[in-house]
Formats: sequence, structure tokens, C-alpha cells
Amino acid sequence: MGLLSKKDAALIKDPLADNNPITIQVLGICSALAITAELEASIVMSISVLFVLGVGNVVISLMRNIIPSKIRIIVQLIVVATLVIIVDLVLKAFAYELSKTLSVFVGLIITNCIIMGRFEAFALGNGPWKSFLDGIGNSLGYAVILIIVGFFRELLGSGTLLGIPVLGDPIEKTGLYALGYENNGFMLLSPMALIVVGIIIWIQRTRNKDLVED
Amino acid sequence: MGLKSSLHNFREKNKDKKWLPAFSAIHTFLFLPNETTHNGTHIKAADDLKRTMNIVIMAMIPCLLFGMVNAGYQHHLAFGEIQQATGGFLSSDFWTLDNFTVGFWKVIPLVVVSYGVGLAIEILFAMKNKHEVEEGYLVTGMLVPLIVPIDTPLWMLAVAVAFGVVIGKEVFGGTGMNILNPALTIRAFLFFAYPTWMSGDKVWVYGAKARDEAIAVAKEAGTSLEGLDAISGETILGSLAQNKGVLGHDVMDMFYGIIPGSVGETSTLLILLAGLFLIFTKIGSWRIMLSSVIGALAMGLIFNAVVSSGLISESSKFYGLMNTEFWHHLLIGGFAFGTVFMATDPVTASQTNKGKWIYGFLVGFISIMIRVFNPAYPEGVMLAILLMNVFAPTIDHYVVQGNVKKRMKRLKVKTA
Repeated sequence: MGLLSKKDAALIKDPLADNNPITIQVLGICSALAITAELEASIVMSISVLFVLGVGNVVISLMRNIIPSKIRIIVQLIVVATLVIIVDLVLKAFAYELSKTLSVFVGLIITNCIIMGRFEAFALGNGPWKSFLDGIGNSLGYAVILIIVGFFRELLGSGTLLGIPVLGDPIEKTGLYALGYENNGFMLLSPMALIVVGIIIWIQRTRNKDLVED
Repeated sequence: MGLKSSLHNFREKNKDKKWLPAFSAIHTFLFLPNETTHNGTHIKAADDLKRTMNIVIMAMIPCLLFGMVNAGYQHHLAFGEIQQATGGFLSSDFWTLDNFTVGFWKVIPLVVVSYGVGLAIEILFAMKNKHEVEEGYLVTGMLVPLIVPIDTPLWMLAVAVAFGVVIGKEVFGGTGMNILNPALTIRAFLFFAYPTWMSGDKVWVYGAKARDEAIAVAKEAGTSLEGLDAISGETILGSLAQNKGVLGHDVMDMFYGIIPGSVGETSTLLILLAGLFLIFTKIGSWRIMLSSVIGALAMGLIFNAVVSSGLISESSKFYGLMNTEFWHHLLIGGFAFGTVFMATDPVTASQTNKGKWIYGFLVGFISIMIRVFNPAYPEGVMLAILLMNVFAPTIDHYVVQGNVKKRMKRLKVKTA
């Protein structure tokens, strides 16, 4: 027995693979397509969602017995909105360039289906500790996909990783570019993110046949 | 014992080997398998998938040969080595062995890469899924080299073919199951991934890009630029999109196809003959071809009317293409090629007769619309066909439902 009991560990582990919010539940796709052209943006987005979902799940879970069910969506929205504004202001204060790249998508975390989905499906019915783990697990599952997609899109689309050129210089023609290699502009367009996510889904379902729907 | 039966015996002997699908793939390319259907209903028809494909390929061969000669001709012309050919389609200045040889060695690698990569992936998937390799790639593999610029780097083509075959076809279940035309998926991939190699005035003539690089090198080294004039191999469509006119090409040049462009799409004359051949052999749908032409003409007429009613000024960036006479749209760019060879793809087009009319009309209509309104992507036919590929099942659905409703009504009238 480690730090977590088996059930608790599953809350973290499941969303990473067999119950991944993006590839299995197909939630939060919009932001996965929009901001993954650069790895850095993907990572920051992942951290923001991690914060919002982790804290939000706990808050909702603490309030779960006093929220009237008729207005629960509004209460949830207020909680998310508050947290998102915190994230937005922090980004603007400490990482202004990045916050410009992410632009409206930080604000749109509010509408990220993963967050409302976890509030509804989990935090409203479970205690704060479990809800916290569930929030962390799901946002890590989201992060894994975002980072994989961001990695390939930035590497193949711009030839860089976290802004550092890794394949040589496209203008000076060094490294791979000396051999005639060129960056794939399609990778920087959103449709390619959808295709990369699709390929991840494909690989995942080939490895685990239980996930295949009839 | 002949070759055919010994190959067949070899196959029987190795029935449960893992690599057998790869063998039978190549085997069935050359021979009809020695197998007959055992049960169920039998329909006898001479045109199986393979024959259908072969006829389409036969229709494309003239375009391919013409493309080779034209590639060499444009190359020599741009380098100032020969004079403009006069004397129409059969001009002896055009059909020279030298032109053909230069073009041949540029085009054949494209064909080899297209077939090599595409078939390798098909065989891989066939082995994995344990079925025989379908003939679907035969036509795609021939279409691809015909619709790319002559200077396309081979590795880019290989990447694009791999993408097109896997994402455009195999993920949907292989030949016959794809939603998008694979050849156009491949071209669209190239177009969005490597736009500098797919548009502009340097890619349509073999050597123009190399000459540009030579000039850059000479400039850097400070050596003489003598004999190093930059080459402009603009397509007519690209030039019209920039309001620069038709570059001195007359209508007959456009019709014969003695103009810069993708390898096999320039000659409207040969495409027209191929289209008639496909209609005559009942392989291509005349409904789609005809309605697509009508759609293009309709859109062209609308644009002409906009110009003649004075709604648009000469300085507008759309003026050049809007002012193009409506029927010239059929001759320039890849419209003719797309209509005859790609819009008629039986897998991705509409299946119902009424649906074919709607589908074809919209392909033509949207092609010209994209052409005019999107000067950055003057070749609209590719995007138009891909878009209509997506809508084809919807069109069919409503046509079928409409028919069902009509017959239900008739039934009610009768019984009442």
C-alpha cells in the first residue's frame, strides 16, 4: 500500500489511459485542437486546467450538500469562472506573451466540457479528497493528450520544441533542412490536430480491444 | 504446366503462411485467381473492379504522355532553348523526342514513388487485415503524379501518399469505404503542408526553382548574373488571380494544353477525349460530368454579369478572374481533369441519378466560386470536389427519402 488506497489510485490512473477525457469520453476537444500548435501553450493550458479542475472539484464537493439542484449549473459556472479569472490574471501578470497566444482560450476553460462534466458526474456525489484526486486525474489525462499533440505539431510544423530549434535552421539550411527537409505547414492548422487526436484514439483502441464500441 | 497454374499451386501450398496476402496481392494483379464462387446468387458481368480500373488508367495514359512532353517543352521554352511552338496541337516543335525525354525522366520518378509507397501501404494493411490487396490504388496511384507540380520533391510526395492512403482510405476500411477521394486527399495534404511547393510561379516549370537558387547563390558570391534570368512559369489561373491577364496564351493553347500547370491536367482536348471514352465505356458518369460543366458555366455567367453590370471595379482583386469569359474557366486550371477523373469517382460521388445531377452541379458551381473568391488558392476544383464528397451521402439520403415519399403517396392514392 502506498500513499493512496487502490480505489483512490484508480481515480488518478483511469483517466490517464482507459477512461481518458479526450480520447475516450471525447470531451474538451475544442481546446485540444485550438492551442496545441506549440508545446509551451499546451503545457500552460494543461496546468491551468489542472488548477481549475483540482480546486473546483474540491469546492463543489464541499458545497454539494447545500447547492439546490435546480440552480447547480449556475453555481458551478460561478466557481469555474472565478477560478478561470484567477488563472487569466496570473498569466497576464507573469507570462504576458503566452497569455496572448492562448488568448480567448483561457477564458474558454469555463466552457471546457471536462470541467462541468467532472463537477456533475463526480464532485456532486463524492467527498472532497476523492473529488480532488478525480480532478487531478482527469486534468492529467487531458494534459497527456495535449502534450503529445503539441509535441508532434510543434516538432513537425515548426521544427522546434518549446521554441528551441531541434531540426536545424530552416533559413540558414542547417541540420535536416540541408537535406531538403521542410516544415509541414499543415501541422500548424487545426484539422491536423484532429487527425493527430484521431491517430491516438486509433492506437489506443488497437491496443485495448475492450474500448471498441460496436 | 504453365506459369499460371504453377503460381496457383504455389499459393495453395503456402495457404497458411503469414506473407501469403502479399504474394496473392501481386499474383492477382497479373492473373485472375483460379477460384470460382461456390454458393449464393451469381451475377455474370465482364467488368469487375480490376477491369474498371484498367479502363480509367487507359484513359489517363494520353494525359500522362502529353504531360511528359509538355514538361520538357515548358522547361526548354523557359530556358530559352527553343521557340514557342506554332502549328497547333500536332506542332512538330512540340512533339520532339528531346522534350519527351526530359519530361519522361521528371515524371517517371513521381509515378514510381506514388505507386511504390501507396502499394506498400496497401499490402501492409492487407497483410494485417488478412484480405487481398484491392485494386483501388491502381487509379489513385496514376492520378497522383498527374495532379502535382512537376518539381514536387519526391519525399514530400511519399509523405503525402502515405498520409492520403492511411488517413484518407485505410482508416475507413479500404477501397470502397472511403469518404474522400484519396488522390485529392493526397493533393490537399501537399497543398496545405508545403504551400511553397504547390503554388506560385516557380513550381510549374521544371528548373525554375533551381534557377532561383542559382541566382541567390550568384548574388551572394557577387559573381556575374549573366545567363541567369529568373524564370517565371506562372499558370494562367495564378496570373489571372493576380489581375495579370492570360500571359499571352491564346484560347487554343489552353485547349491543347501547351501551358504550364500540374503534370497531366493541362490538355483539355485530351481530357475531353478521355471523358468521352469513359462515358462510352460506361465507366464514368455522364450525368456528373455534364452537370459539373453546367454548374461551372452558371457560376462563370454570374460573375460575368457582375462585371458587366459594373458592380465591381477594375482594381478589385477579384476582377481578373471574374472578367474571364465564362467558358474559359473550363479550359484553364484543373477543372476539366477534376471533373472527368475525380468528381466521377464511383466511391465518393453520389450514387443516385438525381443525386449525381445535384452533386455534379455543385462541384462545378463551387469550383469556380472558390477560384474567384480565394486568390490564394486559385485551384478551386480540388476543394470543391472534397467538399462535395463529404455531402454526397447526404444528397443521396434525401433523394432516396424523396422517392420513398413519392411512392408512398402514390400507394395511398391507389388504396383510397
